[in-house]
Amino acid sequence: MPASFAPPSVSPSRWQRLRTELFGSRVDGLISIALGAALVAIALGLLKWTFFQAQWAVIQANSTLFAVGRYPIDQQWRLWLLTGLLAAASGLSWGLLRALPRDQTTGQLWPFNDRLAAGVLVALALVAPLWLQLSLAIQLRWWGITALVLVGRWAMARWGSGLPRGIKRLVPLIWPGLYLVGMVLISGGLGLIQVAPSQWGGLLLTLVASSFAILICFPLGLVLALGRRSELPLLRWGSVVYIEFIRGAPLITLLFLGQNILGFLLPGGLAPDRVWRAAWVLTFFAAAYVAEALRSGLAAVPRGQLEAAQSLGMTMPQSLVQVVLPQALRVALPAVVGQFITLLQDTTLLSLIGLLDLLGTARAVMANPAFLGKSAEVYLVLAVLFWCCCAALGLGSRALETRLNPSDQTRYQR
Amino acid sequence: MVPFAVQAAAGLLVLVIVAFLLGNLVRNLTAAGLLLSWSWLDNPAGFDLAESSIPFSASQPYWLALLAGLVNTLKVVVVGLVGATLLGTVVGSAAFSTNGLLKRVARSYVELVRNIPLLLQLVFWYFVVFLALPNGADAIQLPGIVLAKSGLYLGWFGEGWQWQLPHLQEGVWQAPLRLTVEFGALLTGLVVYTAAFIAEVVRGGIAAVPQGQWEAARSLGFSPLVTLRRIVMPQALRVIVPGLNSQYISLAKNSSLAVACGYTDLYSVAETTLNQTGRAVEVVVLLLGSYLVIDLLISALMNGLNAAVQLKDR
Repeated sequence: MPASFAPPSVSPSRWQRLRTELFGSRVDGLISIALGAALVAIALGLLKWTFFQAQWAVIQANSTLFAVGRYPIDQQWRLWLLTGLLAAASGLSWGLLRALPRDQTTGQLWPFNDRLAAGVLVALALVAPLWLQLSLAIQLRWWGITALVLVGRWAMARWGSGLPRGIKRLVPLIWPGLYLVGMVLISGGLGLIQVAPSQWGGLLLTLVASSFAILICFPLGLVLALGRRSELPLLRWGSVVYIEFIRGAPLITLLFLGQNILGFLLPGGLAPDRVWRAAWVLTFFAAAYVAEALRSGLAAVPRGQLEAAQSLGMTMPQSLVQVVLPQALRVALPAVVGQFITLLQDTTLLSLIGLLDLLGTARAVMANPAFLGKSAEVYLVLAVLFWCCCAALGLGSRALETRLNPSDQTRYQR
Repeated sequence: MVPFAVQAAAGLLVLVIVAFLLGNLVRNLTAAGLLLSWSWLDNPAGFDLAESSIPFSASQPYWLALLAGLVNTLKVVVVGLVGATLLGTVVGSAAFSTNGLLKRVARSYVELVRNIPLLLQLVFWYFVVFLALPNGADAIQLPGIVLAKSGLYLGWFGEGWQWQLPHLQEGVWQAPLRLTVEFGALLTGLVVYTAAFIAEVVRGGIAAVPQGQWEAARSLGFSPLVTLRRIVMPQALRVIVPGLNSQYISLAKNSSLAVACGYTDLYSVAETTLNQTGRAVEVVVLLLGSYLVIDLLISALMNGLNAAVQLKDR
């Protein structure tokens, strides 16, 4: 076709597009003006309150309490050490992801998203400790931790692809190992002084409870999901009864059950303490929901896959692990991560049974007459913290999803 | 043979665990003198309820206190369902607006609300918003409704079906319908939170209707709003209703967080009852049973609705 017959390729300018989007019709124009005015008013009010009216002393004075609760001060180095290890591990894993062949095709050591994330980390390290009015020693530690993440990220992305395969395979295994090390560092043992769970609090308790529940509820949920789809009636009905019982009950009543009845169900002295009871209840609760999420993934795998695997002579466990589950997990991933996000949010319920998680600490702090009436400041900070964690998990899940489900286009390119 | 062995082993394991737990339960309860009994339900409760829709005083029995709590739960659940459905439908439909700003505001609302724990939102609404309301003449006056720290006053039909608006009498607001701030905070929190999830369900439902339906309606001269109401929504409902079911059930279950904003729902009455009587097993059985019945009721209603909106085979 001669060029002159081609339709005019005039793409609307950014301004034109904005105009049609906001003022396409008279009604649209009115809506835009009203909404815009409301948004500007809200934003101005919030800014004014943040910088001129809010009194952030309540956060500054209690930052340690919010971070770790009543963890003994002379033992807090263990938590700093753990944070450092976590920072190094996440830096290395992040870098390794970028050193994988698939990402190398983009040819960039620091893609845009990574530069953005690094920028946010640096800005946080520069601003947050100052705003919290932390001592110089703690500020230095914060900077060191940020540096660990970024250096690990840089080094691994730079030289990671040259490492032998075996070492690269080992890097993901750092995480389960680190989890065990972390539990020892937090709770003591192996020569470290014991720190009872009743002394954990704030962010520490929230993270311990949610990470424990996330780790354990996944295999439990997998067993329940397989049980629910099993052809053995006893397994199927057992799973159905469990899942539906848990899903029919509000979490708070189950936590209540854990606190008040577990002591009766186990022989004297065997019942775990209040923190672990709550963590186990969270785990068993989340397992039912994860099972349902996984079931939808299993249902999406065509029956023929299992039959084909078995006709090749694979045993049932083999065909499940090597053929069905990888496909099912890929489909179920967003729903499962969604449940993990809910689980993280649900840890706030620990505050209702008298434990000092982030929200429980906030309530305890505000019961102090010195900080009476400062609830807006505290709740806003908690909301921002939770929002960032949950949104980051959601973003990570979406990134993982696109990595696991390469679109047809990228598949053809390779 | 192998499946049978697996089943028998699993069944035996469960049986042993249950027997072990029940044995402990009976032994421990006997030792504590708390063997299962329901007669304590007739004893006077000895505590007052901050809010009750049925007449209740401290000298009345426990079962009536629990019933009053259940009625309060049902009250907030029913009103919450209606409110969350309305708000959720508006927000979910706004995602298809021609207006870019409206679309983005709807999207941001969903992203903001879904990533903050409900409990945090509830304490925020109660302690930061509703308890900070001014009293008396300074109260916030909207058409037909007055928001004050002493309560929310609504216009309603008074004696002889006369429409009455809230009015100030010697510095105290009077109205035919008064809601407590605790109820208001819980209701607002539940509605705002659940609406974000319902909006996603509605958005998914509308997106499932083929684009051609919009175009056909436009070429017939329907306005966008009429198209949505008359043509797209009836088809979208087939996808939306099953999704709404689980959101409604989670709203009912989430209403048990009422204790965070001081509303006397079933859970908070049950907690007080347990603290006074020590009857842990009975109280938990009652609690779980009540919520199970509420869930089943919602499911039954929604299944009926689902049957009504699905395509009929003629």
